Amino acid sequence: MKPLQPVSAQARISYGISFFVLFVAAWAVATLGGFVPKLFLASPITMVEEGWKLMTVHGFAFDIAITIWRVVGGFVLAAALALPLGIMMGAYKPIEAFFEPFVSFARYLPASAFIPLLILWAGIGETQKLLVIFIGSFFQLVLMIAVAVGGVRRDLVDAAYTLGSSDRSVVTRVLLPNAAPDIAEILRMVLGWAWTYVIVAELIGSSSGIGHMITDSQALLNTGQIIFGIIIIGLIGLISDFLFKWANQHLFPWAAK
Amino acid sequence: MSKLSIKAVGKLFPARGAAEPTRALTPTTLAIADNDFITILGPSGCGKSTLLRIVAGLETASEGRVLLDGQPVTGPGADRGMVFQSYTLFPWLTIIENIAFGLRERGVSERERLDIARSWAERVGLKGFENHFPKQLSGGMQQRTAIARALANDPKILLLDEPFGALDNQTRALMQEMLLGIWEREQKTVMFVTHDVEEAIFMASRVVVMSARPGRIKADIAVDLPHPRPYTIKTSAAFVALKERLVEEIRVEVVGAY
Ligand SMILES: Nc1ncnc2c1ncn2[C@@H]1O[C@H](COP(=O)(O)OP(=O)(O)OP(=O)(O)O)[C@@H](O)[C@H]1O
Ligand SMILES: [Mg+2]
Repeated sequence: MKPLQPVSAQARISYGISFFVLFVAAWAVATLGGFVPKLFLASPITMVEEGWKLMTVHGFAFDIAITIWRVVGGFVLAAALALPLGIMMGAYKPIEAFFEPFVSFARYLPASAFIPLLILWAGIGETQKLLVIFIGSFFQLVLMIAVAVGGVRRDLVDAAYTLGSSDRSVVTRVLLPNAAPDIAEILRMVLGWAWTYVIVAELIGSSSGIGHMITDSQALLNTGQIIFGIIIIGLIGLISDFLFKWANQHLFPWAAK
Repeated sequence: MSKLSIKAVGKLFPARGAAEPTRALTPTTLAIADNDFITILGPSGCGKSTLLRIVAGLETASEGRVLLDGQPVTGPGADRGMVFQSYTLFPWLTIIENIAFGLRERGVSERERLDIARSWAERVGLKGFENHFPKQLSGGMQQRTAIARALANDPKILLLDEPFGALDNQTRALMQEMLLGIWEREQKTVMFVTHDVEEAIFMASRVVVMSARPGRIKADIAVDLPHPRPYTIKTSAAFVALKERLVEEIRVEVVGAY
């Protein structure tokens, strides 16, 4: 192997799949071979059976839908507010100086620690779930977007000014398009984090959603269902990540490495 | 009346932390006539870029003032086009969109700006590359696009800061011929910064030599070589004599700066 030498698309896919196969094989050997007690870890086969039962008998599809809705809802809300604020902070230094210290402080407040407080304020309804995701992603988004926007090359801005750009159009025609691929990448990353917040929010005080199913199954010692739920979360994450990457490549062909 | 007058313009960069303030440019006076091609020649760090950036309005002068057509320069504007040493094409725009950037900024209709941009792409030899992105082009092609982008705006004066500095010798010579050809056809006022003596003579109607830091003008030499100038002129007796004289002027400065 040579450092940094690329692999072909085909080889990449088969390598990627091989690991999944190996992983499931090791899991099957550990459980079906009797090395791990059934009580603690279900076998892949039990997991699939339990998953089938969840989908057909217990209406788990509804839980999945509700969880997706919460993540997307909270995340879109956070992004809709973080984008303008982050862009303003990146472009205008006084605005950055005003907000940055507080936002930096707020980003380190763990969203999950807010759950008890949010339950007091907003009950255990949908508002509370959305707020957990909002708190978890908003401050991170603002800071990272501000850095992306402010990180423009100085000479590109100079060039725009000598071509007759106004201050405003330097923001809209240089700073924004320059930061757009980075911003898309930031959204993709933070959406991934939002998934962990939603599950935590559903583990505590919730009557629906993937996280709620997992707590229920724990009470029944049904590790098959728990693992099925976790795998579903992983799959949805993988799919949304893939969609984001695909969209970014097509939206910003000039930025591809 | 001269097109551009630089009147006692100097620059002192303020002290930063423990560092002393830097005198980048001693007050300098220079007048440039309409359709003049001035090259500014000087050792590294003598304030050539600083002077050019002050004319462009990207830097404010510590003293003195710059007048373009009698009007004082207060900030950057489309009437002074600039080409930088670093590659400054907008990576998210295609070549044609890059060239049309300034026109769009002025609200020229899409049809008209595409026509103008296409004709400039052709004049700098980029026909067929209109829809490429900058990263798909060589350094020489990127700088040609940058020149086209500045000229498409039809500025009163074109400012170039070592635009060919990063290019290999062959490409560089071709770019000089191209730029000179455009100047001979279009008639433009040009201020071109370089530290290459041959380049300075080949294109200029006047070569201004600057001293080592802090920069001031130490010689202002008219180049009376005929136009159009083929590249073979670089070996003519008149050219070589001029070159020897300028090399000596610069050598004194560089040696003195050590
Ligand atoms: N923003 C700045 N702050 C402080 N000093 C600066 C700044 N910009 C330039 N200088 C200093 O001013 C002097 C002149 O710089 P300038 O870039 O104009 O030189 P130059 O003649 O263009 O050199 P080169 O040929 O290497 O490009 C240098 O000594 C440089 O260190
Ligand atoms: Mg310079």
